[in-house]
Amino acid sequence: MNRTMSALFVVAALALTGCATHSEPATGTNTPAAGFPVTVTPTGGKAVTIATRPTHIVSLSPASTEDLFAIGAGQQVTAVDKLSDFPATAPKSDLDAYKPNVEAIAARKPDLVIVYSDTNNLVAGLEQLKLPVLLLKAATSLDDAYGQLALLGKATGHSAEADKLVGDMKSQIADVVAKTAKKPLSYFHELSADGYTVTSKTFVGQVYGLFGLRNVADAAGGAGDYPQLSAEQVVAADPNLIFLADTTCCQQSAATVAARPGWGTLKAVRNGNVVTLDDSVASRWGPRVVDLVKAVAAAVQKAS
Amino acid sequence: MARPTRLAWWHLLITLVVLVAVAVGAVLLGAIDLGWQRVLAEVWAQLTGGVSPLSEQESAILWQLRMPRVVLAGLVGAALACSGATFQGVFRNPLADPYLLGAAAGAGMVVTIVVVLAPGAGVAFLPAAAFVGALGGVALTWGLGRSAGAGTATLLLAGVAVASFLTAVQTFVQQLNTLTLQQVYGWILGGLSTGGWSQVLSALPYLAVALTVLCTCSGLLDVLTLGDEEASSLGVRPGVVRLIVLGAASLATAAAVSVSGLIGFVGIVVPHVIRLLFGASYRVVVPMSLAGGAIFLILADIVARTALAPAELPIGVVTAFTGAPFFVLVLRRRQS
Repeated sequence: MNRTMSALFVVAALALTGCATHSEPATGTNTPAAGFPVTVTPTGGKAVTIATRPTHIVSLSPASTEDLFAIGAGQQVTAVDKLSDFPATAPKSDLDAYKPNVEAIAARKPDLVIVYSDTNNLVAGLEQLKLPVLLLKAATSLDDAYGQLALLGKATGHSAEADKLVGDMKSQIADVVAKTAKKPLSYFHELSADGYTVTSKTFVGQVYGLFGLRNVADAAGGAGDYPQLSAEQVVAADPNLIFLADTTCCQQSAATVAARPGWGTLKAVRNGNVVTLDDSVASRWGPRVVDLVKAVAAAVQKAS
Repeated sequence: MARPTRLAWWHLLITLVVLVAVAVGAVLLGAIDLGWQRVLAEVWAQLTGGVSPLSEQESAILWQLRMPRVVLAGLVGAALACSGATFQGVFRNPLADPYLLGAAAGAGMVVTIVVVLAPGAGVAFLPAAAFVGALGGVALTWGLGRSAGAGTATLLLAGVAVASFLTAVQTFVQQLNTLTLQQVYGWILGGLSTGGWSQVLSALPYLAVALTVLCTCSGLLDVLTLGDEEASSLGVRPGVVRLIVLGAASLATAAAVSVSGLIGFVGIVVPHVIRLLFGASYRVVVPMSLAGGAIFLILADIVARTALAPAELPIGVVTAFTGAPFFVLVLRRRQS
């Protein structure tokens, strides 16, 4: 019953939370801001030439939307997809990144389209209409995320701001990490209440790695970077910290976790170390990753 | 039609022994290896008040996660197989299954609408929504079938129409709300994973009533197979019998759906296997499907929990994967 659709959905959900497997270094960052035409090459993708400074950008990627506004390219953005909910001033539209419609995108007359997933041959469709399209797949590392910021800076004529933002993010994160005492703690990062989680290889897993935390999903040896752990495995692993990235989507909280059968015995539950994260912050590789780093730092600080 | 036969006591005994063995095996096996000796020692310790050999977490895994899951698998399997046998009897159609009369489609539609309209209402309301939807779907089919004319063929066609329509509504609502897809699909794929004893207890009263009615009335299905006129001449009112057993089978399906999502294939395969093994009389097939369904789904859940461990396989995939070849095997053996 609807199994194809559900399979598609899982793929899309993983794409949203970031499941690309490339981890090549970021592209060069020191190009002058103004020079157009400009050619940029996304990680693992092909070169895209942008003739003039774009003024009608359509972003179908919530993470890229956050990037664009953070580097001062917000004025050039004319439409974002319906999941791009940050910042609040982003011109939200009914465009759907899960089920992209080439005609609807073309109707916005964009001079640059940014997508994170090539669903339904979207990229080929846009290219046929001679629309420049950047496919920025989910970042798999902090460097990857910095690289996308720099690339978007180049593509929109905001290289200086992008480079400055990357520098700020790097120093803020380094600062937070340096001020947080290293503790030998284990954690479970929950993507959904039915046990989907991340391994240390993912973007968000690497954020935890900054603090030397041990991911219980690594020990369980999941299938892929986004494995599903059974409740038995989580209970047996007894993590020190539980991070919930399904608070908005699925209304999970410290209380709902404590009420699950068997979970009341866990250290994280008993010691009050079930941490609720903002789903969006915890799944996007945009500038707000600094907020995620701070949230993790606070949780580590509190836990003993 | 086969001559009505009685249930042989040794058939029942063997089936019950198999059921108990499968259930015990299911409790011993899981994603986490607790060690069968330690599990047995734990059970012994609980019975005699001795010292538990398991850690607190291991004990929680055994008593709060694994055991309710095995029991739930058994109950859901019993309900689906029993309902399947009943639907096949009422419609005299070997391909009838518990989802036939719009139960699954109704459940799916109402779950989707609840998730979309009230995302804050959350997971707790999904079983209730599924239950209401399943019964609503069947009621709609029943009403349509009655208004269109008498006969099981009409009811069957009404079921197809209602199911198609409700599924279309569900898909439409889903397409409008991509954000809520995850919850809906998580439910539709079916699964027995996180509920615990509270989930077992929430379904148990409905299942107990429905399955008791189905087993008690199974003899009347044999009478129905003789034809309505013959049945009437024997003092059985076919319309009333159909209403009662279809109501009970729908209730059992709704209760199963509400706790486990949609798990296909059980309702078709198990009654057929039972029929091939023990004869075609509904007086035998319905109660034996109860035990057979429990055995089948507990086995399927063992595979779901362990085949791809540490990942879990959707149990609906397992029921289709293992059910079909087994069915063919029994069919061939029977013919040779």
